[in-house]
Amino acid sequence: MIGCGGRERKNLARSWRLHAVQALRMEAVAGSRAHGGSAGGGKKKKMTKKLQRYWEGPPPPDTPAGAPSKAKRRHNEKTRPRAGAEGSLQARKVLHGSEAAGQISGKRDPFPGAAPLPQHKVKKFQRGQKSQLAEVSSQRLRDHLALLEQKVELAVQQAARMELLLPEEPGFLEGDPGEDTCTIAQADIAEAADIASATKHFELTLNQFGPYRMDYTRPGRHLLLGGRRGHVAALDWQTKSLLCEINVMETVTDVTWLHTENMFAVAQRRWLYVYDNQGVELNCLKRFNGVLRMEFLPYHFLLATASETGFLQYLDISVGKEVATICTRGGRLGVMGQNPANAIIHLGHSNGTVTLWSPNIKEPLVRMLCHRGGVRAVAVDSSGMYMATSGLDRKLHIYDLRAYQPVQSLVLPVGAGHLSFSQRGLLAATCGEVVQVYRDVPMQPPHKPYLSHTLPWTAHGLRFCPFEDVLGVGHGSGFTSLLVPGAGQANFDALENNPFRSRKQRQEWEVKALLEKIPSELITLDPGQLGQVDAITMEQKHHERVERLGFDPQAKPAFQPRRKLKGRSSAGSLLQRKRKVANEEQRTKIRKSLEQQQAAEQERKAAPRAQSSALDRFRK
Amino acid sequence: MRVKVLSRNPDDYIRETKQDLQRVPRNYDPALHPFEVPREYVRALNATKLERVFAKPFLASLDGHRDGVNCMAKHPQSLSTVLSGACDGEVKIWNLTKRECIRTLQAHEGFVRGICTRFCGTSFFTVGDDKTVKQWKMEGPGYGGKEEPLHTILGKTLYTGIDHHWKEAVFATCGHQVDIWDEQRNSPICSLTWGVDSISSVKFNPIETHLLGSCASDRNIVLYDMRQSTPLKKVILDMRTNTLCWNPMEAFIFTSANEDHNLYTFDMRFLDSSVMVHMDHVSAVLDVDYSPTGKEFVSASFDKSVRIFPVDKGHSREVYHTKRMQHVITVKWTSDNKYILCGSDEMNIRLWKANASEKLGVLVPRERAAMNYNQKLKEKFQHHPQIKRIARHRHLPKPIYNQAKELRIMREARRRKELNRRKHSKPGSLPFVSEKKKHIVAVVK
Repeated sequence: MIGCGGRERKNLARSWRLHAVQALRMEAVAGSRAHGGSAGGGKKKKMTKKLQRYWEGPPPPDTPAGAPSKAKRRHNEKTRPRAGAEGSLQARKVLHGSEAAGQISGKRDPFPGAAPLPQHKVKKFQRGQKSQLAEVSSQRLRDHLALLEQKVELAVQQAARMELLLPEEPGFLEGDPGEDTCTIAQADIAEAADIASATKHFELTLNQFGPYRMDYTRPGRHLLLGGRRGHVAALDWQTKSLLCEINVMETVTDVTWLHTENMFAVAQRRWLYVYDNQGVELNCLKRFNGVLRMEFLPYHFLLATASETGFLQYLDISVGKEVATICTRGGRLGVMGQNPANAIIHLGHSNGTVTLWSPNIKEPLVRMLCHRGGVRAVAVDSSGMYMATSGLDRKLHIYDLRAYQPVQSLVLPVGAGHLSFSQRGLLAATCGEVVQVYRDVPMQPPHKPYLSHTLPWTAHGLRFCPFEDVLGVGHGSGFTSLLVPGAGQANFDALENNPFRSRKQRQEWEVKALLEKIPSELITLDPGQLGQVDAITMEQKHHERVERLGFDPQAKPAFQPRRKLKGRSSAGSLLQRKRKVANEEQRTKIRKSLEQQQAAEQERKAAPRAQSSALDRFRK
Repeated sequence: MRVKVLSRNPDDYIRETKQDLQRVPRNYDPALHPFEVPREYVRALNATKLERVFAKPFLASLDGHRDGVNCMAKHPQSLSTVLSGACDGEVKIWNLTKRECIRTLQAHEGFVRGICTRFCGTSFFTVGDDKTVKQWKMEGPGYGGKEEPLHTILGKTLYTGIDHHWKEAVFATCGHQVDIWDEQRNSPICSLTWGVDSISSVKFNPIETHLLGSCASDRNIVLYDMRQSTPLKKVILDMRTNTLCWNPMEAFIFTSANEDHNLYTFDMRFLDSSVMVHMDHVSAVLDVDYSPTGKEFVSASFDKSVRIFPVDKGHSREVYHTKRMQHVITVKWTSDNKYILCGSDEMNIRLWKANASEKLGVLVPRERAAMNYNQKLKEKFQHHPQIKRIARHRHLPKPIYNQAKELRIMREARRRKELNRRKHSKPGSLPFVSEKKKHIVAVVK
């Protein structure tokens, strides 16, 4: 915190100096102008000396006209730096205002104007593109859009300034010079960290009902464990207090929390069950049989399940209705992941493909061939931009989900059985009993993991805890909670997910969340599509209207030359003027098409040769 | 080795005592708020639905008149006072906060044709079928005193309307001609005529106070300047205009209520085309009044409904009707922009909210913030089909609904016929005439 503050101050100081130089330059110009003025009216001033009022500020320094005063003034200005004096009208106004204010209080603001904002901070809060005001035909709309732009800009800046007030800083781990962070043992980290954090590294030895699947709630406060041989336990893992512990006396394949810590779903040997936090069975869903993996989509209140018979089913848990049942025709569905940015379900198949599903379409939205063998694990990062997959070919691929292109690929010794992305983009992978955590995988291929830990048994479930630097691993002999500094978001938004929420707050949140439950029909690859202009419908409507009316009401009226003075509006000159306008339109059209052609050609030339395939020769 | 692990002190996040407010730390990072657009859309949908749920515009009915309410006037100073004149010559003054009549006086024999208040609010004028103009004090007589006019003018012809100047002691009446009177005199300062016709209403411009507009029964709207002895110009429409109202914010804009079910907004500088044609009524429009913001106006119609139109839109945003309300003869938009008053045939004055779903009374700041946020959301997603459908839906009485359907069919048939005619005639011989120009017969200067 302190270090960052210092850097900030340094930045400030630099910009401050810059402004000072600019202010000086401007002052020099203004000074010379003022000097000229005073020379003209100098005599009159001497004759009638005005009475000085306190609200008019202190008297101007008596300057005998000439060069020395200029030098003196310049010297004075140097000692008094000003920001925001770029010579624009606004800057000058600010300058004037601050000067007056300074004179009343007797002190000058050393940093006048708004504090500078670094571009990268502003960029984080910018959404979409700016509207092209020049292309808007109507003046009214243009003004409206300009006003909107202004407001959006202000909101972005305020949000960026708000960053400064956030209380927490994310964690980090740095090795000594020559020391790899992956060699640092968990015990050492726990010892070096504070006491409260040290308690977050623990191990639960449960070797009776093993291997364990596990899940954290969205605020990251509660933990759910499900052993294959029927042991299900829910606990507040931070205080280590148990909510409930039951044995369902049946094979448990997967467990997941529903929207709050009051309910969880357990996929058992035959059917899907829902329990409350006391372990009381709330529901048995017999339509969901043979479920292997589950994902809960929190904003849609949907529970997506993948079964061993190849069915992907969606259950709306707020009304208890089955929303969609999709036969994926992809065999046994043991690999599943969700994209947290657009609620698309990713399924891994034994033929090496990964398919993307939404509940609205019975066919996969995307089918990607990712591995030569079967797919073992899929995970998508919180921004929804990168997908990590691992397969039987022992490879770990990172895909860019915007272009569906591989960006990184690495070979792991045994291949990763489970993958998980943290909120800040760390990737955890389990290779047998070794858990490895990688940093910045989409950016550069890591030659060494960030952290590594060996478990007592083979891992069976893996999740990062939200808003904590904790990685939970369920394995054959219980559960291990590992410390991974830098994994979790440091600052939560209490209206979204509050780890410290009270019962009342949770109830209120639940009502709000149910009210703004997104209907499942809105699950698409691009969730922002809803905010865009529906140009197709607009064009179609316009077309229908033109057909109905028999004319185009929006058509540009034909050019009607204005009547000019006598002699200049002869039939010949009128025709000439008409032609000139028509030609100009034609010219702009030709110019545009030419530009487009050139741009396309340049793009083709600029494209690297390496990416071209043999099939390119059939392209036109 | 340097290490920092996230560790939050619960004291920073949990309130100290039960009396404290809960702490709500915010982080506006977009990464923590996925599905921004779909969630906002759902919120907007909910807000739109709630708006329709809370749309209960009818507030009160003021009864007491013994005949149909023919005219109304707002008090220029007091928001709670409104005056009304009935068809039996009775004038009542109402207190809107108490929703009761505070004074009744028998002003005329026969109809009270027009009523208007003086700009200072101390007196008001009425004209009636007994060919008189009377000035009354706003305060009633003392206990036991007799209701007597301050001033009575006996005219030669019938007066059908009256309006007072907004700043000076001058008023105008209409009948066979437009007369401009000084309050102190018994004969008009000047009489303005243009052809022989009966004029149904006259209105002073609230900004350019020397200007007047009147509508006559020979289908024209005539504009006058008080400083000249002759009228300025007139526009002749297809059918008769019943009344007009000047925009209180834009001096040159006025809206006229026409017999052909439409309202026409004109720019008085360019009368050859109306600025906007407002259609939705299914019968003659009898009265129109602007909101004090000049952005909307309310119209009363013979089809037993009241509609609110935005000035720049061709269709109404709101329609008010009840089972018992008969032909609405007069309508007023109150000066605080919150309420609408309409007087109808069946002797009642009804009080409506101008914004049907508005919550009356003082709003808690949180409530206000939520309201503003919802308003903005509705605005943002207003063009989405689902939201548009819900926001536009209004229940209409069967007669109005059927009539509107019939009118739509007729219009469609006319359009189709014109299209066919155009198809089979020489290109260019049948020019397209826009709706804004179609109903204007001529402009005379």
